[in-house]
This record gives sequence, structure tokens and C-alpha cells, in this order.
Amino acid sequence: MGDVLVFAEHLGGHFPKTTLTAVNAGTELAKRRGGSAIAVVMGDAPDAVAAEIAKYGAAKVIALKHPALKNYLADAHAAALAALVKKTGAEFVLTTATAEGKDLMPRLAARLDAPMASEITAINDDGTYVRPMYAGNAMATIELEGPVKVITVRGTAFDAAKPAPSASPVENLDAEIDSATLKQEFVSFNQTKSDRPQLTEARIVVSGGRGLKSGENFKVVLEPLVDEMGAAMGASRAAVDAGFVPNDLQVGQTGKVVAPELYVAVGISGAIQHLAGMKDSKIIAAINKDEEAPIFSVADYGLVADLFKAVPEMVEELKKVKAH
Amino acid sequence: MKILVPIKRVPDPATTIRVLPDGSGIATDNVKWVINPFDEIAIEEALRIKEKQSGGEIVLATVGQTTWQEQLRTGLAMGADRAILVKNDGYLDSLGIAKVLARVISDEKPELVLLGKQAIDDDSNQTGQMLAELLGWPQATFASKVEIAESKVTVIREVDGGLETIAFKLPAIITTDLRLNEPRYASLPGIMKARKKELKEIPLDSLGLALSPKLKIKKLTAPPKRQAGKKVGSVAELVSVLHTEAKVI
Repeated sequence: MGDVLVFAEHLGGHFPKTTLTAVNAGTELAKRRGGSAIAVVMGDAPDAVAAEIAKYGAAKVIALKHPALKNYLADAHAAALAALVKKTGAEFVLTTATAEGKDLMPRLAARLDAPMASEITAINDDGTYVRPMYAGNAMATIELEGPVKVITVRGTAFDAAKPAPSASPVENLDAEIDSATLKQEFVSFNQTKSDRPQLTEARIVVSGGRGLKSGENFKVVLEPLVDEMGAAMGASRAAVDAGFVPNDLQVGQTGKVVAPELYVAVGISGAIQHLAGMKDSKIIAAINKDEEAPIFSVADYGLVADLFKAVPEMVEELKKVKAH
Repeated sequence: MKILVPIKRVPDPATTIRVLPDGSGIATDNVKWVINPFDEIAIEEALRIKEKQSGGEIVLATVGQTTWQEQLRTGLAMGADRAILVKNDGYLDSLGIAKVLARVISDEKPELVLLGKQAIDDDSNQTGQMLAELLGWPQATFASKVEIAESKVTVIREVDGGLETIAFKLPAIITTDLRLNEPRYASLPGIMKARKKELKEIPLDSLGLALSPKLKIKKLTAPPKRQAGKKVGSVAELVSVLHTEAKVI
């Protein structure tokens, strides 16, 4: 009882920071519920990634191997993970609410006939959890019943696991999958090429909104600021809706949730759906020509200005600061 | 092709949500109710598939109270052919809803089920994936492009760091992301026609499903409010305070 299986997402031999967040949140949950955190690395050759994950303090790492786990696919991964839950008798399965975590965990929950809590932000001692609803305008205290519970955590609400003094033991297992039941076929992954930090991992995020007026302006006006600050680039849903930038840059209720040290909102009015994705940032700066824009109600520093003048000026000012 | 589109009734995204003082829910006075925006995208995609194939049937389904008929009628006005309301006044968690929908789907036997990736009220992002598992069907969540050739479907998915393409045979579950399409408005003739389209009510009890929610909401609280800071007078001042006061650059 109380054991937590942590699904350790990885791609091409590497794992994102959100996997370390899951390991830490899983360890925290196991501690509160009197069990151990077991990280599960799935793949056709999971050994190398499993050895990496083993450096981060999980009680144990399971490397779950099967040819059908070569690429991530919900049906094969849910089948293998569900079989492992039964085999280990784990009470919880947990991962971070990334695109992959969101795709996999509900399918797993249904397979286990278990309840699922999405994107929790806190684990309470009384057995309850906290999760946002209504774009973060309500925080729900919830309870999960039954022998198995499935949980995703919000990446910004938990710290990443730190390297531990000694490596976790690694157990190698062959996954139990009935290949005849698999129906999904991986075709390709078209990775967005970028030298910038990942949106959910960056120390600074600079986001643009509809105020930028075009995709071209994201390039010529906003990107110099993004790069001068060594930041990740984000966008409001309005900018995505208008076709200025791809959806994987979207920050907000229906996009990514970020909490960097500094969030710079440029030409973003600050609809509640956008605030839901960035209001936990440590420092928020906003540039908008409308002084009534709701973004100013959450900004630590607000500048009422025409962004087409202010942003290039800011690039020059930052260069001056750097030169000192 | 027969397509089933499950929809949900949610507060209009522009509504300001307030938690009731006793934490039992949200204030619903002055709330305008709409079709969950991602489900609207699902209806639109179903309509486009039907138009392209010049044939087929689009069935809407929802699990809720009598008032949810309004959203079904709106979907019918957009162009769906008929609708099913599984009438339920009680609370169900996502898995419960998925079990009810799985039952409706088993009876209706559509080849494709399209629904929103998440409902913007509980923000759970679970129902489509759960449905796929309950039915033993393939799933493609966060779809930004759907191509159907014969009985083979290719879907481009919006995932972290890029776009993924997966393929499978029908029947299947697809959940919609923002950029899949832009939903149409219901036309006036569409609204007139919708009044005469079939809207069937099925009492939940009549389905004989054993449903007991294992996710329980104990209470809601308002989130901590972030305080507004100060306005700065110039770009130079902004950079200066970020550097010397906030020490983030």
C-alpha cells in the first residue's frame, strides 16, 4: 500500500525536466502515504534512460521493455503500465501533466477502473488533493477513492528532483502487452527546431499577444527581445487563434502553464484564460498601450506604451545593462 | 460515415467565475451557458467530414440536465442531424461520463467519435481518452489535422515541442485542439430546421449502469489573488527595476 509508480516520460534517449518534477512529486506522495516511489521507464531499449533516472532519488527504477513501446503510443503504454500496476500492487500512478501525460493517464485510469485527478497543485496530509478548475478561478479540494488512483501534477507546482547521493536500484522487466489489441501506429514526429529554452523550463519567458498584429512582427519585433533576454517565447491564445504563431507556444488554460522567474507580456490584454497559464510567475512585467488592460492587474511592473516603439528600445537598454 | 459528437454545457469563457462563499460550487446567476468551445470545434470537424464525403450522419450526445437541450439545439442548428440527452441530475466524475457515453456509442455504433480535448469548466482533459480505452478503440488527442482515406485515419497531434502524426483504422476517438478549424455560426435557416430535428431523452437509470463516482469534490475555494504592482514611466526604468529591484535580469 502507498507505493507510487511514476511514469518517466522520455524521448530520443533524453527526458524533459518535467520527468524530474514527476519523480519529486511521486516521492513526496509516497512519503505522505507511507510507500515508496518507483520510477518506470518504458521503451524498446529503456536501459540507458533508466540509468539516468536512477540518479534522482527514486526508491527503485523499473525499466519496462517491449518492442511495441519503441515510440510513445497511448494504447500500448496504457496496457503495459496497467499490467505493471497489477503486478506491483501500487496504489498510485503519477506523472506530470505534459501532452504525453495528459494523453496516457486517463486511458490508464479507465483500464484500471480508477479515478483520476488532473494537474494537482498540492498533496494534503488528510488524503485530499488540490487542483485548479475554471481556468484557475476556483481551487478544488478533492478526494480519490478505490484501491488504485491516477494523478497528474502541474509541472509548476512541484520542484524537480535533485541528484541523490547514491543511485536507485534498476529492475529490468519485459512488458506484458497483447500486441493483437494494439491499434495505433506511429508515423512521424516533426520537432520544432529552436535553439531557445523550452517554454516550461525557461528562467525567462517573453510572450506576445494580438497586439503584435502579425506573425511577421513576432519575428522582427518580439524575437530580438526574446533572444536578447535568453528567454523562451510564448504567446496568448488570441495570437495563436489569429495564426501568428504555432499552438505549442500557447500559454494559458488550454495551452501550457509556466511559472518562470520573469514573465514579460507584450501586447497581451490578459484574458483570464491567459492569466491561468502564467500568474504564478515570480515577476511579471507587462507592456501594453491600453492602460486599462487586465494584464496590469497581475503585473509587478507595467509599462503603458506602444510595443512597436518600446520593444526595440528595450533591446537596446538590455544591451547597455549587459555592457556594464 | 456516422459520426458521434459528445458535447458538454459550460459557462461562457468570457464569464467571470466566482466561488460561492460556502465553497459548494460557483455562482451561476448571470452565467451564460454555451457548448464547450473545444466540442464546438468537434462539431465543425464532423460537419466538414460529412460535407466532404457528401453523406453520413452526425449524432450529438450529452449527459446532463433538461436545460442541456439548449446546447444540443445549438449543435443541431450548426448542422448536426439528431441529438441524444442522457438525463442525469446527479454528479458523475469523468470516468462515469465516459461509461455512459461508451454505452450510447455501443448502441449507436458510429465509426468515428469526435470531442473536445478538455471541457473549460473542470479542465480535466480525460473523457476522450477514457472512452477510447472503454471501447478498446485507438485514440488521437489534441488533433490539429484529420485526414480520412477509406477507413484509415491520419491525425496530426499538437504535442510538446512539435507535431506528431499517428494513424489507425476506424472506429476511433479523436479529441480536438484549437487550430483544427474555426467553428461556423448557426444560420437562421439552421436554427429553424433544428427545431424539427430529433432530440431523444434517455433517463440515465434506464441504462442500468453501476456508476459511483470515485473522485469527489469536497469544496471549492477562490485562488489567492495576485496584487498589482506599479507602473513605470519608461523602457529605461522598466529595465532598471528588473535589473536592480527584482534582480531577474
